[in-house]
Amino acid sequence: MSTQDKSPSITMRRSQLGRARGLGSAKHGAAHWWAERVTSVALLPLSLYFVVSVIMLLGADAHAMHAYMAEPWNSALFLALIIIMFYHLSMGLQVVVEDYVPNEAKRLLMVMVLKGIIIFLALASAVSVLKLALS
Amino acid sequence: MAEFKLPANSKIGTGKTYKAEAGAKRVKSFQVYRWNPDDGKNPVMDTYEVDLDKCGPMVLDAIIKIKNEIDSSLTFRRSCREGICGSCAMNIDGTNTLACLKPIAEVKGDVKITPLPHMPVVKDLVPDLSQPYAQLRSIEPWLQSDTPAPPDEERLQSKEERAELDGLWECILCFCCSTSCPSYWWNGDRYLGPAVLLQAYRWIADSRDEATGKRLDALEDPFKLYRCHTIMNCTQTCPKGLNPAKAIGKIKQLMLERQA
Repeated sequence: MSTQDKSPSITMRRSQLGRARGLGSAKHGAAHWWAERVTSVALLPLSLYFVVSVIMLLGADAHAMHAYMAEPWNSALFLALIIIMFYHLSMGLQVVVEDYVPNEAKRLLMVMVLKGIIIFLALASAVSVLKLALS
Repeated sequence: MAEFKLPANSKIGTGKTYKAEAGAKRVKSFQVYRWNPDDGKNPVMDTYEVDLDKCGPMVLDAIIKIKNEIDSSLTFRRSCREGICGSCAMNIDGTNTLACLKPIAEVKGDVKITPLPHMPVVKDLVPDLSQPYAQLRSIEPWLQSDTPAPPDEERLQSKEERAELDGLWECILCFCCSTSCPSYWWNGDRYLGPAVLLQAYRWIADSRDEATGKRLDALEDPFKLYRCHTIMNCTQTCPKGLNPAKAIGKIKQLMLERQA
């Protein structure tokens, strides 16, 4: 809006109640909110496991790393960490974008691009673990 | 993106200073936000020096004294002067509160007064609250029951059922909480805000109300309800000591309960 406009024109005559009701309730959101909580709790032990693994493997050569990941426990836990972490990340970033991007088209586009990037990163990480685990 | 800076026509300048009368011993400066829709100018902070020896103890006493004795053009809302009408909600010393309940002595240095944040300003300290009022109406804040009321008595509640409403019925709708909430600042057109959600829970929690499911349906929405990120500004600022964040948490809990 320009500050020079001497005679502002009214562009909205829709009542305040009409605007407050808006498009009505989307009838979802609870599952998203709960999944954020569940994944964050799951990430507590998984992150601890990840840190312990990294410390244990400090200075290890490629052969030792390979052997570690070939253990079914380790590859399964790493895959769980990757899936849950990227899922949590995508839900969290979606909320951030929804908070700060008011334009619907831009918001939809940004959420889609973010989710695309996150899915790609998750797949790349999972494939790396599987390659170590299965080769 | 969300607006983090004030638009050019909202930048606040320095206004006039009204000196205290000679001989005043306990002088306190009040910096008050002034904006007039008719003069086309940017808002300014005017400074009024008030002799505390000739003024009541609360911030509202001071601004009433300013309006009566120094500058009658100063515009603000007030009515009951005892924290029950919610009219004199404003931002004092960086916190939303009721001017009538805020002792001047609690403010160190100059007392800075601005309107409730992130609302359109009508004039000076008067914000346009028609959006939150309409949002309140949208949650239908009245008893909804298909069971007819008993013909010769009230709808009864047990003492336990009545206790569920404590901490909810005391809300006076001053909107200090909603206007302190960053989520309400960025998405106030869709997020209902803490004051309205506390009212929504007040009817969800009422044992006499039979529309709980319908009320939850209307709230289950990523924007109407789930913009609350438990920032807790609402609870911290509430001049009545209520806990809107807890009420919102209870609504989220019920959303889960009916799915699990």
